[in-house]
This record gives sequence, C-alpha cells and structure tokens, in this order.
Amino acid sequence: MLCDKMSIFIAGIRNKMNFSEIRSHLGKFRVGIAGAGGLGSNCAVALARSGVGTLVITDFDIIEEPNLNRQYFFRDQIGMMKVFALKDNISRINPDVSVICHQIKLNRINIPEIFSGCSVIVEAFDRSDMKEMLIETVQTKLAGTPIVIGSGLAGWGKSEDIVCRKIDGTLFVCGDESSEVSDNMPPMAPRVGMVANMQANVVIEILMKMK
Amino acid sequence: MKILLNNREEGFTLEEMSVSDMLLIKKFSFKLRIIKINGVLIVKEKYDSTVIHNGDNVQMLYLMSGG
Repeated sequence: MLCDKMSIFIAGIRNKMNFSEIRSHLGKFRVGIAGAGGLGSNCAVALARSGVGTLVITDFDIIEEPNLNRQYFFRDQIGMMKVFALKDNISRINPDVSVICHQIKLNRINIPEIFSGCSVIVEAFDRSDMKEMLIETVQTKLAGTPIVIGSGLAGWGKSEDIVCRKIDGTLFVCGDESSEVSDNMPPMAPRVGMVANMQANVVIEILMKMK
Repeated sequence: MKILLNNREEGFTLEEMSVSDMLLIKKFSFKLRIIKINGVLIVKEKYDSTVIHNGDNVQMLYLMSGG
C-alpha cells in the first residue's frame, strides 16, 4: 500500500506534461465501457472530457424516467437507446472523441471481439452476475488487459467507505464492496457518480503509465 | 499454514485446503465473488479442485449489484 502511494507520488513529480499534452497522450488510446447506465454513462463522460481518443460503449437498454436520478441523460432522451444518446451527449462535450457504439447484450462469446484493441476495460454493469461474467471473460480471454470494476455504491453517505483497491496489475475495484442495491438502498447520483469517476480516474492513471 | 488473504496474513490449522474449504472455514457465504490465487483467476467450478498452499497470495472481492 505504501509502495503504491509512493509510486503515484513519484509519478506525479515526474509528470511534466500540461493538460494539452496529457490530452494528446490520452487521445492515443481506446477504452471499452461495458454498460451505459449509472456507472458507464458518467465514467464515459469523464473520460471524454479528459480526451481519451476512442470509447467503445456497449448497452442494450433504452432510457427510462427512473434512470435520470443518476445517469448522464436528459429528459428529452427518454425512449432513446442509451448507447446512441450517450454518443450524442459526448459529441456535444468533446467532438474529438470517437465513440463506437454496440447496441448489444455482452456474453462470453462476443466480449473478446468487441473489446479487442482496448487498452483498458471498464465494468459498468448493474447486475452482479453480469459483472462476474465480464470479469471472468476479460481475465481469461483478454488476459493482460486491465479491467476496472465498480462494486458497492448503493444508498447515500459513507463517502469514506468508497475506495479503490488494486487487486493486481490487471484488476482494480472501486466502491465500498459491501452495499447492495435494494428498495431502501437505491442507487443515487452522488455515490454512483463517485464510483464512476473513481473508475475513470483509475483508467487515466493506467493510461498515463502506458507508452 | 499461513496465506496472504486480501493482503493480510491469515493462519489456518490445515496443511493445505481447497478454495471451498477456505470459504467454509472463513464463513464467506456471499455467492458472487472473484477469487484470484497468485494472480490467477479461479472460476467457481474449480473451487473444489483448486488447492491453496502455504504462502499463497489469495485475493477475493465481492460483486455487489448496482450501477
């Protein structure tokens, strides 16, 4: 832990790039985002603002009114496919980002093909069985590609419980790893946004170390 | 035996144990999880047949719904 903090500290000192140079570096990379809900839409927007060159975004769902409590969509987009609405929103923020949309449900067969060429993959699913499927598939069939997952973001408060944990060089988890969504513990904008932006922050940290 | 479990040293009376044994002993009952031993992902179909040895680095994380 101390070593990790030290290496980040040293990397910070060594980084002589200004934002324009950082953005130009990030522009070389392609990042996969599995899911365009609360985690995926907010994470994608943070990465787009930072200048990541290409985002490969997958989702099979349409925008519904309850999504607006946390997802990066607007009321007049209700009924649209999430991937296309998100592409539109990103182009209004940073038109230099190339967004590749897949309106598809991911499975063990299509994941390797859809995310091939991605330097990092963001797990942004809602259901935990889908999280498991994605992580197992990426770790076995796209071995070596880092995956940044979100786990534990329900409810409100307890900001101090939301952390980032590096399992190893290819697996990172953001969240409190304990709170589960239920009727009385809904996913809400602040904590979902915290985890989504933390995931984006880990992605940038990984990309900044890549050539 | 001693293993590293989520970066903390943990002692067990057994000389070696399967992943399923460890989950039972530690009362880790939450079903949706990821387990890696020395950096290698262990899928749940292999929890019974995968042996944890003295000194192994075991990482486990729970997958909570919500996104």
